[in-house]
Amino acid sequence: METETIIETTNLTKRYGHQTAVNGLNLKVKEGEIFGFLGPNGAGKTTTLLMLLGLSRPSKGHATVCGLNPLRMAREVKRHVGYLPENVGFYEDMDAVQSLEYVADLNGLKKVEAREKIDELLGLVGLKDQAGKKTAAFSRGMKQRLGVAEVLIKDPEVLFLDEPTLGLDPEGAIQLINLIQSLNEEKEITVLLSSHNLHQVQKMSHRVGIMIDGSLIAEGSIDSLAEEKFGVGEKEYSLEEIYMKYFQEA
Amino acid sequence: MQGLYAVFKKELQDHLSSYRFVILFALIAMVSFITSYMAAVHMRENLEGLASTRFPFLMLFSTPGAMFSMVQFVAFFGPLIGLILGFDAINRERTQGTLIKVISQPIYRDAVINGKFLAGVTTIAVMLVAIVLVISGFGLAFVGVVPGVEEIWRLFIYLIISIFYISFWLGLAILFSILFKSIATSSLASVALWIFLSFFISLGAEVVANTVAPIDRKNEVQPEVVLENARIKELVSLSSPMILYSNATATIIDPMRKTTRSLILMGPMEELLSARFQSPLPLGQSIVIVFPHIIALIAITLICFAISYVVFMLQEVRT
Ligand SMILES: Nc1ncnc2c1ncn2[C@@H]1O[C@H](COP(=O)(O)OP(=O)(O)OP(=O)(O)O)[C@@H](O)[C@H]1O
Ligand SMILES: [Mg+2]
Repeated sequence: METETIIETTNLTKRYGHQTAVNGLNLKVKEGEIFGFLGPNGAGKTTTLLMLLGLSRPSKGHATVCGLNPLRMAREVKRHVGYLPENVGFYEDMDAVQSLEYVADLNGLKKVEAREKIDELLGLVGLKDQAGKKTAAFSRGMKQRLGVAEVLIKDPEVLFLDEPTLGLDPEGAIQLINLIQSLNEEKEITVLLSSHNLHQVQKMSHRVGIMIDGSLIAEGSIDSLAEEKFGVGEKEYSLEEIYMKYFQEA
Repeated sequence: MQGLYAVFKKELQDHLSSYRFVILFALIAMVSFITSYMAAVHMRENLEGLASTRFPFLMLFSTPGAMFSMVQFVAFFGPLIGLILGFDAINRERTQGTLIKVISQPIYRDAVINGKFLAGVTTIAVMLVAIVLVISGFGLAFVGVVPGVEEIWRLFIYLIISIFYISFWLGLAILFSILFKSIATSSLASVALWIFLSFFISLGAEVVANTVAPIDRKNEVQPEVVLENARIKELVSLSSPMILYSNATATIIDPMRKTTRSLILMGPMEELLSARFQSPLPLGQSIVIVFPHIIALIAITLICFAISYVVFMLQEVRT
């Protein structure tokens, strides 16, 4: 595995009034890995992703993504990074294809190029049959799939996925996990994903970070975290057990 | 640029295919058809036997038929076009969660607001040009008046001023859609401000003028006081974009008018001049007279947009 650092934050802090959403975060994500971002509601995961994209201004500290400062080079960063927001929205009067075309347009893709890409992506996320349906008539899971397709249009090097499997049926979730893994393996896309589903995170992540109340309290591979909490032993601990242990001690 | 064009194209398509555009357009087309029809009938009756009027074509727009002229109609209800096109520009995208998606694409953030504003302005221009053309065609066919070169110029300038005027309201509506998260609030706020600026200011101007320089009707009326009263009234009412616009277009569309000022404020020579010489003002002179009004109108439009721009750029977008 490559060891180049692709995302790095130093003392990254975000305050809303007197509330600290992210507190002195030092995070390193290596190129080509799948990094699982864990933490209870309100821990500051989404806020961190927004700052990494240059959509939110840090109160203190700074971040580097693909060697760029997202605050100054927001547009360049967004060229490399695909971001799936936690509640992705769509223009209701557009169908799936039109919605994808608009995103392709915003990314400066040529018409022909975009058409091929859209066709391919609709197949990839399993929405071929719904291509002409208005997004207003989409179910939660179908929207999530369309969101994933939109993120992939720009051929990203890095993916930020904020709770990507939320609302997907078990089969859809497994498909998406497989898709993320294959993108990671074949196209060497780095993935930073936040999720509350620990089984899924355990299944795909190379490393995880646990964030509580704006601070990163643990970071590393699942094995190394288990070792830290339970010591070396025969038993394999699940991520759930490890997470709960960290959570109780925090 | 690529982002700006993409947003512009999408927004323009949305506008032109939306029900609100169709309804607005139908309404305005209907009213302009009726008013110009009235004007045409009026002209036919009154111009019969007259050797020639200098600007018969412009009269189609400036003659109040039964209720109001085309020009007055745009002054009153033009703002509604701007408001309707802009009141939910940003907050609708916020509530449906598309704003974050759009600005996490590789575009500059200002492409969103610039694209939306430009698309709105283009829609307004399309609407106004279409209406002017319809009325012109109607005038040609029904009354048989042919526009002269100067009349075409005047109409053109009138169109430009009108586009700025309605764009001011568009900018205002977009500003409210940025400031207020709820669509209901932003629409209410923009309509409230429209009613206030358009209808209450003239009332308020009267009140202010009468408080500052009350005209004592019981005793002998002093001319200075009357003058002062009129001057204050005019000054205050200029803070209404509608009055600003009416003044700006007045001498453009009606060459016989030589000043934007009320009769009472004219100097004796000026009064003499306008009474003695019933000849139309040349185009250049018409423009000179309303130049400050035009500049003021353009300025408030740009300022309004600049404020929306800054507020939007500084706002945090989470949805
Ligand atoms: N606009 C805002 N104003 C004030 N506080 C905010 C604002 N947005 C977020 N916060 C606060 O910041 C903190 C972090 O929120 P964030 O959305 O990053 O959490 P999260 O880890 O993504 O949670 P979840 O798992 O529920 O998605 C929360 O305490 C939240 O209340
Ligand atoms: Mg979140």
